[in-house]
This record gives sequence, structure tokens and C-alpha cells, in this order.
Amino acid sequence: MTELEDLEIQLLLEGVAQLYGYDFRNYALASLKRRIWNMVQSEGVKTVSGLQEKVLHDPLCLDRFLLAMTVNVTAMFRDPHFYQAFSAKVVPMLRTYPFIRIWHAGCSTGEEVYSMAILLHEAGLYDRCRIYATDMNAAVLSKAREGIYPLEKMQEYTGNYLKAGGTQAFSRYYTAAYERAIVRPWLREQITFSQHNLATDGSFNEFNVVLCRNVMIYFNKTLQEHVHRLLYASLTLFGVLGLGQAESLKFTPHEHDYAEVVQGQRLYRRMR
Amino acid sequence: MPYKLVVVGASLGGLHAVAALLGALSPDFPLPLAIVQHRHKESDETLRIVLQRSSGLAVCEVEDKQPISPGTACLAPPDYHLLVEQGTYALSTDEPEMYARPSIDVLFESAADAYGPNVIGVILTGASADGARGLATIKAAGGLTVVQDPATAECDVMPRAALDAGVADHVMPIPEIAALLTRLGTVVPKVGV
Ligand SMILES: C[S@@+](CC[C@H](N)C(=O)[O-])C[C@H]1O[C@@H](n2cnc3c(N)ncnc32)[C@H](O)[C@@H]1O
Repeated sequence: MTELEDLEIQLLLEGVAQLYGYDFRNYALASLKRRIWNMVQSEGVKTVSGLQEKVLHDPLCLDRFLLAMTVNVTAMFRDPHFYQAFSAKVVPMLRTYPFIRIWHAGCSTGEEVYSMAILLHEAGLYDRCRIYATDMNAAVLSKAREGIYPLEKMQEYTGNYLKAGGTQAFSRYYTAAYERAIVRPWLREQITFSQHNLATDGSFNEFNVVLCRNVMIYFNKTLQEHVHRLLYASLTLFGVLGLGQAESLKFTPHEHDYAEVVQGQRLYRRMR
Repeated sequence: MPYKLVVVGASLGGLHAVAALLGALSPDFPLPLAIVQHRHKESDETLRIVLQRSSGLAVCEVEDKQPISPGTACLAPPDYHLLVEQGTYALSTDEPEMYARPSIDVLFESAADAYGPNVIGVILTGASADGARGLATIKAAGGLTVVQDPATAECDVMPRAALDAGVADHVMPIPEIAALLTRLGTVVPKVGV
């Protein structure tokens, strides 16, 4: 049973990679399997092979597949302590640069990117920054570009923002209309959103800061190593890498090329 | 059957129950333990620290892709599902299951998938039905299933739900669970010639 299941999954991922170029073959298997089975159910098919047939023959089903295979959960000022540490320890370093390039890899619907823009604005650095926000999924990217979020979320985000050390009224950063919070256009000015797949695309610039948070936990060791090499190659010397709360550089290829910036806060500086 | 992994699920009342279980295992208990304790998504390190105080085993909160190592008790971090892969733990922020993240079912089902008959699943106190399905999956894969005697649980809802699934090999109070694990974990050493 499991052997057949594993074979079907392998064939499904192989087919999607060859036909569409989206490569999930090196995603962490345990959680990917659960998402595949959830989609088998939601598509009303019986087997993974049934799902394969649907995805390969119906491009609309591919769009659903991409969303179903990835986890897009995100929030503004998610893990407020991270932003606090960033303000305290990374911002002073950025002040010494005339121009600052930042990459959010796996930005999902953009909440993290706007949070960073707000932080940099309050630090008086935003004018000097260029933020590149990428994700492999065009659907979440277009939401990120719009910057429109449910108004009801703003209470939670305001709390996060204050815990992160925000100094203004959070409502300055959006306009409310029809149960929606729309991010102020000036906040979007320095941000470029574009499609980039960490599994298959290469490095496209050199950055002073790279944030890749809660993305690599969905990858297996092989793909994680590949991405760590890519991120390392995309950072300037003394550039800073930010990871998610449960991620670390332990057991990764460049573990010893970075120094921890703040203990426990998943911020690492490239030292060589 | 040489067991390779113990997975433990606890909810309401679990702090004391898990502390009692870990406290009753000797510091050289050889199997890895993976633990899901339901808790608030913003909880800090307190749980780990409290458990560490009552246990001779190393207690840690899992970092992504951490190797599964013997004699270590690993907790799911708050707001993440904990899953088992071959040889490593993995984390995810997929949707909560039965309102829970971490979810006991997610841990148990992934453990059964990766380690089949070599898993021991343990359900302790709680006010949820999480874990019942996962325990059934462990049983179906040939693993061993243990449920805390509901009469001894701070909250008997979760042990009862697990018993209702009809797949428990053992129903016992915590000290006996610890004794059972100790017996099963101790591999009889091969006598060399
Ligand atoms: C859980 S979200 C993380 C969002 C944000 N960084 C945060 O921490 O809140 C993960 C995102 O990674 C993206 N992703 C998954 N695989 C990817 C890949 N191979 N290349 C680029 N992005 C990917 C998903 O589309 C999803 O939007």
C-alpha cells in the first residue's frame, strides 16, 4: 500500500515538474503527502493517480494544485521579537549604507514585506531601500501586489506591530474600505514583486538583507542545501540572512560562514 | 519488535502528565520521544524548562530537520505541526487539525507512515478528541498503542476518545506506562562470542 502510494506520488511530482516546470520533488515528504491527500479529497478523485490525470490535463487544476501544495500562511509582524531584534541590531548597520537592497524570498501574500517597509520607514531608511519580493506562485504574488487585506486582521496586526516596537498609529499605514484594509500606495513604492522559484531559478542580484522565513521548512535536506547555497551567493559580505522562528543554520552547508546576530532570533550575518 | 520511536500526545492537564512520564524514565532511556502538548500559540520556553527540571532526559523544542536522536524528548514548538520523516523531524504551518496546531493526529500519522511497526503511540490527559485517529493509524501500521487510564487522567476526554477508537493495546496509569516503555525500549544486548 505505502509502496504504491509512494510510487504514485513520485509519478505525480515528476509529471508536474516535466510538464509545467514546478518542481516539488524535493519537498519535505511527510507534510507534502498530507497536502496531496487533502487535494485528492477536495478534487473528488480517489487516488493520487487520479489527481495526476486531472492536474496534467487541466491547467486550471494546476493553479489549485500549486496553492494546495504550498502553505501560504503569513501575517504582518509575525514573530514580533524578530522585528524588534532586526530594528535593534540590523538597522544600525544598514544606516551606514548609502543604498540598501533587500530580498524577501517566498513572500506569499506580502504581509511580511509591508511589515519590513513600515519598519524601515520608521527607521528613516525606506527612501534608501529597494525591496525585491518574490514567490513561485503567481496567485499569491498578485495579492501581495494589491496589498489588500481583511480589515478584521488589523487588530491582531496592530498588536504585533506594537510588540515589534512600532512607534506610530498603525492605522496610518492603510486605508479602510468595505471591510478591507488597503496598504498606502507610498508604502509600495520601493517594492518590486516578481516570480522566482527557489528550486529552479538562480541568484539574480546581491543583497544586504535576505529574508527567507518559513519557506525552507517545506523542503527536504537536499533542496534546503541548494537554497542555502543560493541565498549565500545572493548576500553581500556582512549581509544579513533572516530565517523563520523554528529554522536555523545548523547542519546547513554555510553554517560556519555566518555569525548569529542576536541569539535565538534567527538573524545571521555573512562573515566570509 | 524493536521499537525506534515513542510519540506522545497530551492536552489539558498535560504539563503534569508529561512531566510525570518523563520523570519516571531513567536518564539512559534509549528511545527518542516526540511530544505534542497542546498550548497557546504564543507560549514561550516555560514548558520545555519545566519538563527539563523533572526529567533526566534531554528535553528540547524541535528545530526544523533536527535529527531524531535516542534518549531525547522533543516537543513540538507552539503554532507548528510536528511531523516525522525518516531520521529527522519536520515542521509545518499547515492548517490546524481539530483546532490544534500542533496536532497529535498529524504527529502520529506521520510517525506511522515513516516508522510503521516500530512506533509506540501514547495518549495522555486532555479535553479534545485529537490523537484518536492517529492512534488508530499507528495500530493499523503494526505499532503499539498505549492510553492513559482515564480514571487517572486530569481530564479523561482525550483518553476516552482514544479508547472509543477501539485500538488501545494497553490502558494504564502513567507510572506503568513508564515501566512498559522502559521494558520495550531496552534492547537485550547481543552476547558477543
Ligand atoms: C508559509 S509562506 C511564508 C511567508 C512569509 N515569508 C512568512 O514567513 O510569513 C511560504 C511561501 O513560500 C512559497 N514557496 C514555496 N515553495 C517555493 C519555491 N520553491 N520558491 C519560491 N517560493 C516558494 C509559497 O508559495 C508560500 O507563499
